[in-house]
Amino acid sequence: MIILYSFLSVTLLGLIFGVGLSMASKALAVRKDEKVEAVESKLPGINCGACGYAGCSGYAEAIAKEEEEDLTLCSPGGPDVALELAEIMGVEVEISNQRMVAQVFCRGNDERSKTEFVYQGVTDCNAAYLYFGGNKSCKYGCLGLDSCIKVCPVDAIIHDEDGCVWVDKELCISCGKCIDICPTGVMKLIPHEADYIVACNSKDKGAVTRKYCSVGCIGCKMCEKASPEGGYKVDNFLATIDYSMDGEREAASVKCPPKCILSLKGVTVKDEKN
Amino acid sequence: MTYIAILITFVFISNFVLTQFLGICPFIGVSKNVDSAVGMGFAVTFVMALASIATWAIQHLVLIPLKIEFLQTITFILVIAALVQLVEMVIQKISPPLYKALGIYLPLITTNCAVMGIALIAVRSDFSALESFVAGIAAGFGFLLAIILMSTIREKLDAEWIPKHLRGVPIAFITGGLMALAFMAFDKALINNLFPGL
Repeated sequence: MIILYSFLSVTLLGLIFGVGLSMASKALAVRKDEKVEAVESKLPGINCGACGYAGCSGYAEAIAKEEEEDLTLCSPGGPDVALELAEIMGVEVEISNQRMVAQVFCRGNDERSKTEFVYQGVTDCNAAYLYFGGNKSCKYGCLGLDSCIKVCPVDAIIHDEDGCVWVDKELCISCGKCIDICPTGVMKLIPHEADYIVACNSKDKGAVTRKYCSVGCIGCKMCEKASPEGGYKVDNFLATIDYSMDGEREAASVKCPPKCILSLKGVTVKDEKN
Repeated sequence: MTYIAILITFVFISNFVLTQFLGICPFIGVSKNVDSAVGMGFAVTFVMALASIATWAIQHLVLIPLKIEFLQTITFILVIAALVQLVEMVIQKISPPLYKALGIYLPLITTNCAVMGIALIAVRSDFSALESFVAGIAAGFGFLLAIILMSTIREKLDAEWIPKHLRGVPIAFITGGLMALAFMAFDKALINNLFPGL
Protein backbone atom coordinates (compact mmCIF):
# COMPACT_ATOMS: atom_id res chain seq x y z
CA MET A 1 0.00 0.00 0.00
CA ILE A 2 2.73 2.39 1.02
CA ILE A 3 4.59 1.74 -2.22
CA LEU A 4 1.46 2.53 -4.20
CA TYR A 5 0.75 5.69 -2.18
CA SER A 6 4.27 7.02 -2.47
CA PHE A 7 4.41 6.19 -6.17
CA LEU A 8 1.08 7.86 -6.82
CA SER A 9 1.66 10.93 -4.69
CA VAL A 10 5.04 11.76 -6.18
CA THR A 11 3.79 11.12 -9.72
CA LEU A 12 0.72 13.22 -9.11
CA LEU A 13 2.65 16.05 -7.54
CA GLY A 14 5.14 16.02 -10.40
CA LEU A 15 2.32 15.99 -12.93
CA ILE A 16 0.47 18.83 -11.22
CA PHE A 17 3.59 20.99 -11.01
CA GLY A 18 4.61 20.18 -14.56
CA VAL A 19 1.23 20.95 -16.09
CA GLY A 20 0.81 23.96 -13.81
CA LEU A 21 4.14 25.42 -14.78
CA SER A 22 3.63 24.87 -18.49
CA MET A 23 0.22 26.56 -18.28
CA ALA A 24 1.68 29.35 -16.23
CA SER A 25 4.47 29.94 -18.71
CA LYS A 26 1.84 30.32 -21.43
CA ALA A 27 -0.42 32.55 -19.36
CA LEU A 28 2.36 34.65 -17.93
CA ALA A 29 4.50 34.86 -21.06
CA VAL A 30 6.07 38.28 -21.32
CA ARG A 31 6.31 39.62 -24.83
CA LYS A 32 9.65 41.22 -25.30
CA ASP A 33 9.87 44.15 -27.64
CA GLU A 34 11.34 42.77 -30.85
CA LYS A 35 13.00 46.04 -31.67
CA VAL A 36 14.83 46.09 -28.33
CA GLU A 37 16.11 42.58 -28.96
CA ALA A 38 17.17 43.41 -32.51
CA VAL A 39 19.04 46.52 -31.36
CA GLU A 40 20.65 44.72 -28.45
CA SER A 41 21.88 41.90 -30.66
CA LYS A 42 23.78 44.45 -32.78
CA LEU A 43 25.50 46.08 -29.80
CA PRO A 44 28.82 44.60 -28.65
CA GLY A 45 27.42 43.41 -25.31
CA ILE A 46 30.43 44.24 -23.18
CA ASN A 47 28.48 46.69 -21.00
CA CYS A 48 31.31 49.23 -20.85
CA GLY A 49 29.00 52.18 -20.26
CA ALA A 50 30.68 54.50 -22.77
CA CYS A 51 27.25 55.47 -24.13
CA GLY A 52 26.17 56.77 -20.73
CA TYR A 53 23.60 54.04 -20.15
CA ALA A 54 23.78 51.19 -17.66
CA GLY A 55 25.03 48.54 -20.05
CA CYS A 56 24.13 47.61 -23.60
CA SER A 57 20.54 46.64 -22.75
CA GLY A 58 19.89 50.11 -21.33
CA TYR A 59 21.09 51.80 -24.50
CA ALA A 60 19.17 49.33 -26.66
CA GLU A 61 15.95 50.07 -24.80
CA ALA A 62 16.45 53.82 -25.08
CA ILE A 63 17.05 53.55 -28.82
CA ALA A 64 14.14 51.21 -29.48
CA LYS A 65 11.72 53.41 -27.55
CA GLU A 66 13.10 56.41 -29.43
CA GLU A 67 14.08 58.18 -26.25
CA GLU A 68 17.65 58.38 -27.49
CA GLU A 69 18.18 59.85 -30.93
CA ASP A 70 21.95 59.67 -31.12
CA LEU A 71 22.82 56.27 -32.60
CA THR A 72 26.57 56.87 -32.60
CA LEU A 73 27.10 56.74 -28.83
CA CYS A 74 28.54 53.22 -28.93
CA SER A 75 32.25 53.88 -29.29
CA PRO A 76 33.35 50.21 -29.08
CA GLY A 77 31.03 49.36 -31.96
CA GLY A 78 32.10 52.37 -33.98
CA PRO A 79 30.54 53.38 -37.28
CA ASP A 80 29.64 49.79 -38.25
CA VAL A 81 27.27 49.40 -35.32
CA ALA A 82 25.84 52.89 -35.80
CA LEU A 83 24.97 52.03 -39.42
CA GLU A 84 23.34 48.76 -38.40
CA LEU A 85 21.32 50.52 -35.71
CA ALA A 86 20.22 53.12 -38.24
CA GLU A 87 19.03 50.33 -40.52
CA ILE A 88 16.90 48.81 -37.76
CA MET A 89 15.44 52.13 -36.72
CA GLY A 90 14.97 53.27 -40.30
CA VAL A 91 16.82 56.55 -39.92
CA GLU A 92 19.93 58.11 -41.39
CA VAL A 93 23.05 58.64 -39.33
CA GLU A 94 26.01 60.81 -40.04
CA ILE A 95 29.27 59.08 -39.28
CA SER A 96 31.74 61.82 -38.68
CA ASN A 97 33.80 60.84 -35.68
CA GLN A 98 36.79 58.68 -36.47
CA ARG A 99 37.96 55.89 -34.23
CA MET A 100 39.75 57.22 -31.18
CA VAL A 101 41.97 55.34 -28.76
CA ALA A 102 43.29 56.26 -25.33
CA GLN A 103 46.99 56.63 -24.75
CA VAL A 104 49.29 57.43 -21.84
CA PHE A 105 51.18 60.67 -22.43
CA CYS A 106 54.11 59.73 -20.22
CA ARG A 107 57.19 57.56 -20.60
CA GLY A 108 58.71 58.29 -17.22
CA ASN A 109 59.56 55.10 -15.37
CA ASP A 110 61.59 54.61 -12.19
CA GLU A 111 64.92 55.30 -13.91
CA ARG A 112 63.93 58.30 -15.98
CA SER A 113 61.84 60.23 -13.46
CA LYS A 114 62.76 61.35 -9.98
CA THR A 115 60.55 60.64 -7.02
CA GLU A 116 60.05 62.79 -3.93
CA PHE A 117 59.23 60.09 -1.43
CA VAL A 118 58.50 56.38 -1.14
CA TYR A 119 54.80 55.59 -1.39
CA GLN A 120 53.73 52.47 0.47
CA GLY A 121 49.96 52.88 0.53
CA VAL A 122 47.17 51.16 -1.36
CA THR A 123 48.06 50.27 -4.95
CA ASP A 124 45.74 52.82 -6.46
CA CYS A 125 46.58 56.01 -8.35
CA ASN A 126 43.80 58.06 -6.76
CA ALA A 127 44.94 57.03 -3.27
CA ALA A 128 48.54 57.96 -4.07
CA TYR A 129 47.45 61.25 -5.63
CA LEU A 130 46.01 62.35 -2.27
CA TYR A 131 49.57 62.61 -0.94
CA PHE A 132 50.95 65.75 -2.60
CA GLY A 133 49.80 64.61 -6.02
CA GLY A 134 51.74 61.36 -5.98
CA ASN A 135 55.30 60.38 -5.18
CA LYS A 136 56.78 61.52 -8.50
CA SER A 137 58.43 64.93 -8.68
CA CYS A 138 56.41 65.44 -11.85
CA LYS A 139 52.80 66.12 -10.92
CA TYR A 140 51.53 65.63 -14.48
CA GLY A 141 52.85 62.16 -15.26
CA CYS A 142 51.74 58.56 -14.89
CA LEU A 143 51.83 57.29 -11.31
CA GLY A 144 51.98 53.71 -12.56
CA LEU A 145 49.75 52.20 -9.88
CA ASP A 146 47.45 50.41 -12.31
CA SER A 147 44.11 52.13 -11.65
CA CYS A 148 43.47 52.34 -15.40
CA ILE A 149 44.58 48.74 -15.91
CA LYS A 150 42.07 47.56 -13.35
CA VAL A 151 39.21 49.58 -14.80
CA CYS A 152 39.82 48.72 -18.48
CA PRO A 153 37.00 46.38 -19.61
CA VAL A 154 39.04 44.85 -22.46
CA ASP A 155 42.49 44.55 -20.82
CA ALA A 156 44.02 46.86 -23.40
CA ILE A 157 46.31 48.60 -20.90
CA ILE A 158 49.50 46.93 -19.73
CA HIS A 159 52.95 47.62 -18.35
CA ASP A 160 55.35 47.41 -21.29
CA GLU A 161 58.94 46.20 -21.09
CA ASP A 162 60.04 49.65 -19.88
CA GLY A 163 57.73 49.50 -16.90
CA CYS A 164 55.61 52.28 -18.38
CA VAL A 165 51.84 52.00 -18.67
CA TRP A 166 50.85 51.75 -22.31
CA VAL A 167 47.64 51.21 -24.25
CA ASP A 168 47.41 48.64 -27.01
CA LYS A 169 45.58 50.69 -29.61
CA GLU A 170 44.24 47.64 -31.43
CA LEU A 171 42.42 46.48 -28.30
CA CYS A 172 41.24 49.88 -27.06
CA ILE A 173 37.53 50.54 -27.50
CA SER A 174 37.76 54.19 -26.39
CA CYS A 175 35.20 53.80 -23.64
CA GLY A 176 36.98 56.55 -21.69
CA LYS A 177 36.96 54.77 -18.32
CA CYS A 178 40.73 55.06 -17.90
CA ILE A 179 40.58 58.77 -18.70
CA ASP A 180 37.91 59.27 -16.07
CA ILE A 181 39.76 57.40 -13.35
CA CYS A 182 43.24 58.85 -13.96
CA PRO A 183 43.93 61.52 -11.33
CA THR A 184 46.73 63.29 -13.21
CA GLY A 185 44.94 63.52 -16.56
CA VAL A 186 47.90 61.91 -18.33
CA MET A 187 45.60 59.75 -20.47
CA LYS A 188 44.06 61.33 -23.53
CA LEU A 189 42.27 60.23 -26.66
CA ILE A 190 44.16 60.25 -29.93
CA PRO A 191 43.04 59.09 -33.38
CA HIS A 192 43.65 55.42 -34.04
CA GLU A 193 45.63 56.40 -37.15
CA ALA A 194 47.92 58.80 -35.27
CA ASP A 195 51.53 58.20 -36.35
CA TYR A 196 53.36 60.22 -33.70
CA ILE A 197 52.62 61.19 -30.12
CA VAL A 198 54.27 63.68 -27.76
CA ALA A 199 54.51 61.36 -24.79
CA CYS A 200 54.66 63.97 -22.06
CA ASN A 201 52.11 65.87 -20.03
CA SER A 202 54.34 68.19 -18.03
CA LYS A 203 53.40 71.85 -18.13
CA ASP A 204 56.37 72.87 -15.98
CA LYS A 205 59.08 75.10 -17.42
CA GLY A 206 61.76 73.33 -19.43
CA ALA A 207 64.46 73.69 -16.80
CA VAL A 208 62.18 72.30 -14.10
CA THR A 209 61.03 69.39 -16.25
CA ARG A 210 64.61 68.56 -17.24
CA LYS A 211 65.59 68.34 -13.58
CA TYR A 212 63.14 65.61 -12.66
CA CYS A 213 62.63 63.67 -15.89
CA SER A 214 64.91 62.67 -18.72
CA VAL A 215 62.09 62.11 -21.21
CA GLY A 216 59.92 65.15 -20.42
CA CYS A 217 58.99 67.80 -22.96
CA ILE A 218 60.94 70.96 -22.20
CA GLY A 219 59.01 73.20 -24.55
CA CYS A 220 62.03 74.03 -26.76
CA LYS A 221 59.90 74.38 -29.92
CA MET A 222 62.37 72.32 -31.95
CA CYS A 223 59.48 70.23 -33.24
CA GLU A 224 57.63 73.31 -34.50
CA LYS A 225 60.66 74.25 -36.58
CA ALA A 226 61.68 70.76 -37.71
CA SER A 227 58.24 69.72 -38.95
CA PRO A 228 56.28 72.91 -39.68
CA GLU A 229 53.53 70.96 -41.45
CA GLY A 230 53.19 68.35 -38.71
CA GLY A 231 50.77 70.31 -36.55
CA TYR A 232 53.17 70.63 -33.60
CA LYS A 233 52.27 73.41 -31.19
CA VAL A 234 54.05 74.30 -27.96
CA ASP A 235 51.83 75.75 -25.27
CA ASN A 236 52.62 76.05 -21.57
CA PHE A 237 56.02 74.43 -22.20
CA LEU A 238 54.34 71.34 -23.62
CA ALA A 239 54.23 70.28 -27.25
CA THR A 240 51.00 68.89 -28.64
CA ILE A 241 50.09 67.57 -32.07
CA ASP A 242 47.10 68.78 -34.01
CA TYR A 243 46.10 65.59 -35.78
CA SER A 244 43.94 67.40 -38.33
CA MET A 245 47.18 68.45 -40.05
CA ASP A 246 48.75 65.57 -41.90
CA GLY A 247 52.23 66.86 -42.79
CA GLU A 248 55.30 64.79 -41.95
CA ARG A 249 56.23 64.55 -38.29
CA GLU A 250 59.32 62.34 -38.41
CA ALA A 251 61.92 65.13 -38.52
CA ALA A 252 60.62 66.54 -35.25
CA SER A 253 60.77 63.15 -33.63
CA VAL A 254 64.44 62.81 -34.58
CA LYS A 255 65.33 66.35 -33.54
CA CYS A 256 63.49 66.33 -30.20
CA PRO A 257 66.20 66.74 -27.49
CA PRO A 258 64.56 64.62 -24.74
CA LYS A 259 63.22 62.16 -27.38
CA CYS A 260 59.69 62.32 -26.11
CA ILE A 261 58.06 62.28 -29.55
CA LEU A 262 57.38 58.64 -30.28
CA SER A 263 56.48 56.94 -33.51
CA LEU A 264 53.35 54.81 -33.31
CA LYS A 265 53.59 53.44 -36.85
CA GLY A 266 53.12 49.71 -36.65
CA VAL A 267 54.14 49.85 -33.03
CA THR A 268 51.67 48.84 -30.42
CA VAL A 269 53.79 48.31 -27.35
CA LYS A 270 57.39 49.24 -27.87
CA ASP A 271 59.79 51.86 -26.76
CA GLU A 272 62.20 53.13 -29.39
CA LYS A 273 64.33 55.29 -27.18
CA ASN A 274 67.56 54.28 -25.44
CA MET B 1 6.05 35.61 22.13
CA THR B 2 6.95 32.36 20.40
CA TYR B 3 7.10 34.23 17.09
CA ILE B 4 9.63 36.68 18.47
CA ALA B 5 11.59 33.77 19.88
CA ILE B 6 11.57 32.06 16.48
CA LEU B 7 12.69 35.28 14.85
CA ILE B 8 15.61 35.73 17.24
CA THR B 9 16.52 32.07 16.98
CA PHE B 10 16.82 32.00 13.21
CA VAL B 11 18.34 35.45 12.73
CA PHE B 12 21.00 35.21 15.43
CA ILE B 13 21.24 32.02 17.48
CA SER B 14 21.04 29.52 14.66
CA ASN B 15 21.85 31.82 11.79
CA PHE B 16 21.70 29.70 8.66
CA VAL B 17 24.99 30.79 7.20
CA LEU B 18 27.16 31.57 10.19
CA THR B 19 26.01 28.92 12.65
CA GLN B 20 24.51 26.11 10.60
CA PHE B 21 26.75 26.63 7.54
CA LEU B 22 23.95 26.25 5.01
CA GLY B 23 23.84 28.28 1.80
CA ILE B 24 27.56 28.97 1.73
CA CYS B 25 27.68 29.01 -2.07
CA PRO B 26 25.73 32.25 -2.61
CA PHE B 27 27.22 33.62 0.61
CA ILE B 28 30.68 33.50 -0.95
CA GLY B 29 29.66 33.88 -4.58
CA VAL B 30 27.32 36.87 -4.49
CA SER B 31 28.95 38.90 -1.71
CA LYS B 32 31.46 40.85 -3.81
CA ASN B 33 29.44 44.04 -3.65
CA VAL B 34 26.66 45.28 -1.40
CA ASP B 35 24.06 45.92 -4.09
CA SER B 36 23.93 42.38 -5.43
CA ALA B 37 24.23 40.99 -1.88
CA VAL B 38 21.09 42.88 -0.85
CA GLY B 39 19.28 41.64 -3.96
CA MET B 40 20.28 38.06 -3.26
CA GLY B 41 19.37 38.39 0.43
CA PHE B 42 15.86 39.60 -0.27
CA ALA B 43 15.32 37.00 -2.99
CA VAL B 44 16.33 34.25 -0.56
CA THR B 45 14.06 35.68 2.15
CA PHE B 46 11.18 35.74 -0.28
CA VAL B 47 11.68 32.18 -1.47
CA MET B 48 12.28 30.84 2.05
CA ALA B 49 9.05 32.35 3.34
CA LEU B 50 7.05 30.87 0.46
CA ALA B 51 8.85 27.53 0.50
CA SER B 52 8.39 26.99 4.23
CA ILE B 53 4.66 27.50 4.00
CA ALA B 54 4.32 25.40 0.83
CA THR B 55 6.28 22.53 2.31
CA TRP B 56 4.22 22.76 5.51
CA ALA B 57 1.11 22.28 3.39
CA ILE B 58 2.58 19.30 1.54
CA GLN B 59 3.77 17.73 4.80
CA HIS B 60 0.47 18.08 6.64
CA LEU B 61 -1.99 17.62 3.78
CA VAL B 62 -0.27 14.90 1.77
CA LEU B 63 2.61 13.13 3.46
CA ILE B 64 1.25 12.67 7.01
CA PRO B 65 -2.27 11.51 6.03
CA LEU B 66 -0.76 8.97 3.64
CA LYS B 67 1.95 7.99 6.18
CA ILE B 68 4.73 8.47 3.67
CA GLU B 69 6.84 11.01 5.58
CA PHE B 70 10.01 9.32 4.30
CA LEU B 71 9.37 11.05 0.96
CA GLN B 72 9.97 14.46 2.55
CA THR B 73 13.25 15.17 0.77
CA ILE B 74 12.18 14.32 -2.75
CA THR B 75 8.80 16.03 -2.57
CA PHE B 76 10.27 19.13 -0.95
CA ILE B 77 12.84 19.42 -3.73
CA LEU B 78 10.02 19.13 -6.23
CA VAL B 79 7.90 21.74 -4.47
CA ILE B 80 10.71 24.25 -4.00
CA ALA B 81 11.93 23.97 -7.60
CA ALA B 82 8.43 24.35 -9.02
CA LEU B 83 7.66 27.20 -6.66
CA VAL B 84 10.75 29.17 -7.60
CA GLN B 85 10.00 28.74 -11.29
CA LEU B 86 6.46 29.95 -10.77
CA VAL B 87 7.55 32.91 -8.65
CA GLU B 88 10.07 33.90 -11.29
CA MET B 89 7.40 33.91 -13.99
CA VAL B 90 4.91 35.83 -11.86
CA ILE B 91 7.44 38.48 -10.92
CA GLN B 92 8.52 38.87 -14.53
CA LYS B 93 4.91 39.47 -15.54
CA ILE B 94 3.77 41.65 -12.67
CA SER B 95 6.79 43.71 -11.75
CA PRO B 96 9.62 44.02 -14.31
CA PRO B 97 11.69 46.31 -12.03
CA LEU B 98 11.59 43.73 -9.22
CA TYR B 99 12.41 41.03 -11.78
CA LYS B 100 15.41 43.03 -12.92
CA ALA B 101 16.57 43.34 -9.31
CA LEU B 102 15.96 39.72 -8.24
CA GLY B 103 15.68 37.95 -11.57
CA ILE B 104 19.18 36.61 -12.04
CA TYR B 105 19.31 35.34 -8.46
CA LEU B 106 16.02 33.46 -8.42
CA PRO B 107 17.15 30.43 -10.47
CA LEU B 108 20.23 30.20 -8.26
CA ILE B 109 18.06 29.86 -5.17
CA THR B 110 16.30 26.77 -6.51
CA THR B 111 19.25 24.70 -5.45
CA ASN B 112 20.19 26.68 -2.34
CA CYS B 113 20.37 24.19 0.51
CA ALA B 114 19.31 26.86 3.02
CA VAL B 115 15.81 26.79 1.50
CA MET B 116 15.65 23.02 1.82
CA GLY B 117 17.09 23.40 5.31
CA ILE B 118 14.36 25.69 6.59
CA ALA B 119 11.68 23.39 5.14
CA LEU B 120 13.10 20.33 6.92
CA ILE B 121 13.85 22.17 10.17
CA ALA B 122 10.36 23.66 10.31
CA VAL B 123 8.84 20.20 9.83
CA ARG B 124 11.13 18.59 12.38
CA SER B 125 10.36 21.30 14.97
CA ASP B 126 6.60 20.62 14.63
CA PHE B 127 5.89 24.22 13.72
CA SER B 128 2.37 25.32 12.84
CA ALA B 129 1.72 26.92 9.44
CA LEU B 130 2.22 30.45 10.73
CA GLU B 131 5.25 29.46 12.75
CA SER B 132 6.80 27.89 9.64
CA PHE B 133 6.16 31.07 7.72
CA VAL B 134 7.76 33.22 10.43
CA ALA B 135 10.69 30.81 10.62
CA GLY B 136 11.12 31.09 6.85
CA ILE B 137 11.19 34.87 6.96
CA ALA B 138 13.50 34.88 9.98
CA ALA B 139 15.93 32.47 8.35
CA GLY B 140 15.90 34.65 5.24
CA PHE B 141 16.66 37.73 7.33
CA GLY B 142 19.48 35.83 8.97
CA PHE B 143 20.90 35.10 5.52
CA LEU B 144 20.38 38.74 4.51
CA LEU B 145 22.20 39.94 7.62
CA ALA B 146 25.12 37.60 7.07
CA ILE B 147 25.54 38.38 3.37
CA ILE B 148 25.29 42.16 3.89
CA LEU B 149 27.91 42.06 6.65
CA MET B 150 30.11 39.91 4.45
CA SER B 151 29.76 42.11 1.36
CA THR B 152 30.58 45.32 3.25
CA ILE B 153 33.68 43.68 4.68
CA ARG B 154 34.70 42.38 1.25
CA GLU B 155 34.27 45.80 -0.34
CA LYS B 156 36.69 47.18 2.23
CA LEU B 157 39.05 44.23 1.73
CA ASP B 158 39.32 45.15 -1.96
CA ALA B 159 41.30 48.26 -1.07
CA GLU B 160 43.60 46.50 1.38
CA TRP B 161 46.89 44.86 0.69
CA ILE B 162 46.38 41.10 0.92
CA PRO B 163 48.99 38.40 0.25
CA LYS B 164 48.55 37.22 -3.31
CA HIS B 165 47.60 33.65 -2.49
CA LEU B 166 44.81 34.85 -0.18
CA ARG B 167 43.14 37.31 -2.54
CA GLY B 168 39.52 36.72 -3.51
CA VAL B 169 37.77 33.63 -2.23
CA PRO B 170 40.37 32.42 0.35
CA ILE B 171 40.28 35.64 2.37
CA ALA B 172 36.48 35.57 2.09
CA PHE B 173 36.41 32.12 3.71
CA ILE B 174 38.70 33.27 6.51
CA THR B 175 36.48 36.32 7.04
CA GLY B 176 33.41 34.09 7.10
CA GLY B 177 35.05 31.85 9.67
CA LEU B 178 35.81 34.76 11.97
CA MET B 179 32.25 36.03 11.58
CA ALA B 180 30.97 32.57 12.50
CA LEU B 181 33.09 32.67 15.66
CA ALA B 182 31.50 36.01 16.55
CA PHE B 183 28.04 34.55 16.04
CA MET B 184 28.81 31.80 18.54
CA ALA B 185 28.25 34.49 21.15
CA PHE B 186 24.52 34.24 20.44
CA ASP B 187 23.57 31.34 22.66
CA LYS B 188 20.27 29.62 23.41
CA ALA B 189 20.61 31.15 26.87
CA LEU B 190 19.75 34.47 25.22
CA ILE B 191 16.18 33.29 24.61
CA ASN B 192 15.86 31.89 28.14
CA ASN B 193 17.04 35.16 29.63
CA LEU B 194 14.85 37.31 27.43
CA PHE B 195 11.71 35.22 27.83
CA PRO B 196 11.95 33.20 31.03
CA GLY B 197 9.74 30.14 31.04
CA LEU B 198 9.43 29.91 27.27
